[in-house]
Amino acid sequence: MTSKTAHYEEFGVPEDSIVFARGVRKSFGDLEVLKGVNLNVPKGTVACIIGPSGSGKSTFLRCINHLEKVSGGILLVDGEFIGYDLRNGKLYEVRDSLMCKRRANIGMVFQSFNLFSHMTALENLIEAPIMVKGVPAKEAKDQAYTLLKRVGLADKTDAYPRQLSGGQQQRVAIARALAMNPKVLLFDEPTSALDPELVGEVLQVMRDLAESGMTMVVVTHEMGFAREVADELIFMDQGVVAERGEPEEMIVSPKSPRTQEFLACVR
Amino acid sequence: MSQPETENPIDTLTVVPVRLYGLWIGTAISLVIILMIAESLITNPVFGWPIAGKYLFHPSILSGLGQTLLLTVTIMVLAIAIGTVVAIMRLSTSLILNAFASAYIWIFRGAPALIQLIFWFNLSMVVREISLTLPFVGTLFSVKTNDFMTPFVSAVVALSLHEAGYMAEIVRAGINSVGKGQTEAAGSLGMNQRMTLWRITLPQAMRFIVPPTGNETINLLKTTSLVTFIAVNDLLYSAQAIYARTFETIPLLMVVMFWYLFVVTVLSISQYFIEQYYGKSDLD
Repeated sequence: MTSKTAHYEEFGVPEDSIVFARGVRKSFGDLEVLKGVNLNVPKGTVACIIGPSGSGKSTFLRCINHLEKVSGGILLVDGEFIGYDLRNGKLYEVRDSLMCKRRANIGMVFQSFNLFSHMTALENLIEAPIMVKGVPAKEAKDQAYTLLKRVGLADKTDAYPRQLSGGQQQRVAIARALAMNPKVLLFDEPTSALDPELVGEVLQVMRDLAESGMTMVVVTHEMGFAREVADELIFMDQGVVAERGEPEEMIVSPKSPRTQEFLACVR
Repeated sequence: MSQPETENPIDTLTVVPVRLYGLWIGTAISLVIILMIAESLITNPVFGWPIAGKYLFHPSILSGLGQTLLLTVTIMVLAIAIGTVVAIMRLSTSLILNAFASAYIWIFRGAPALIQLIFWFNLSMVVREISLTLPFVGTLFSVKTNDFMTPFVSAVVALSLHEAGYMAEIVRAGINSVGKGQTEAAGSLGMNQRMTLWRITLPQAMRFIVPPTGNETINLLKTTSLVTFIAVNDLLYSAQAIYARTFETIPLLMVVMFWYLFVVTVLSISQYFIEQYYGKSDLD
């Protein structure tokens, strides 16, 4: 608890912030992808990140749960660093086991679902709670049944991913992320790989989640969803946040010319 | 414009496939030739089928077969265990582990099996005793190689290390074949590297590891026949012991061939079932 307040005071992080980024930089060798990202996602809100490919939006999302290591800057989740610690004014990488412990509080949903193909839907959901959190098997299974029911797949508990449609797989993936009771859910273009017909069922689940108060950061091209559900719309371009604001306002009357250009193509 | 209700003769037309007369005649001639060859093989006295039949279930042949099978199973189990460890080392980010694993694979895959076999067998002649002595503590243990380095043990050690070189590459390929998304998903759920490897990656890698491993097992079964050079009582050695006395070389070799083919067939069928088991998440 002491370290948490230290970070808040030090960097001026709002108390209800779940994701806080300041000056986040990321380079892959010589290529600088993120050039100083500043962002704040308060608890219980939905932030949608949009932008052209190469803008760094997926990279930034993956930095949040340390799937990509940050090259510089401050990136906090609920006041804590994930992959590194700040000691004596320097950033030190932490051990793998500690990083994984912190990461368990962040859920992620991928564009290509990434369900464990050798396990049934139920097994996919109970694997991490049992192995990582030590939840007893019975409790994990009960929670799994509840979650699958919540995403509308109560009858598919024993199905293998191969037997499910894309939309169903993605809903199982969302349930799997929820099984760890995360503080925030990250979505990396969750509907981009789906048939247009199946996009709707996944967006509905995401809508319900938002309504239930889950903090979500969504990288998406679905403008309709962003407009309806997002509390803040963030437009990223060339490794920085180019514009941010209320979705309705921004989509209808974007301030920066680059944003206008991008939105014109997407609509 | 509606379809006419009356039946048109064109609707009942079907396509007649091409008649491959050349192929049929060729097949018939080949069958005749095959039957003629088979007949000559069966009736040729050189093969001595009646003698082969006599020795087929001979006690020393069966005991030799048992040794061969025991060798194959023991070596394969050890090779898979060692190979998996080496594969994981080869994939590790640590330079030392990586280099060690690469060196291991290079040496033990590179030298011919027979040479490795003879080397380990003769090790007991060169290294009389294995002991661990620490300064100030004294000798912790000491054992004479002659006591435990029997021909059988030498064969197991030599061929396990050799086979592990191949298994390491097979396991590594299998692990690499599992998509990066799987490890990312496991990581995003908070699973550490060890958990991810054993619970997520390796089970899925089995689908790609089993077929080449089946191949290796069948190869190993035949490679074990080399142990006859260091006087291990396997199937070939037992047969050689008999024909050294009776000079019925070919019939006894037919017996050996039969048993090898029989076991290979059984192994191939088991492999089919094992592949089915590991591929069950693929079935619709």
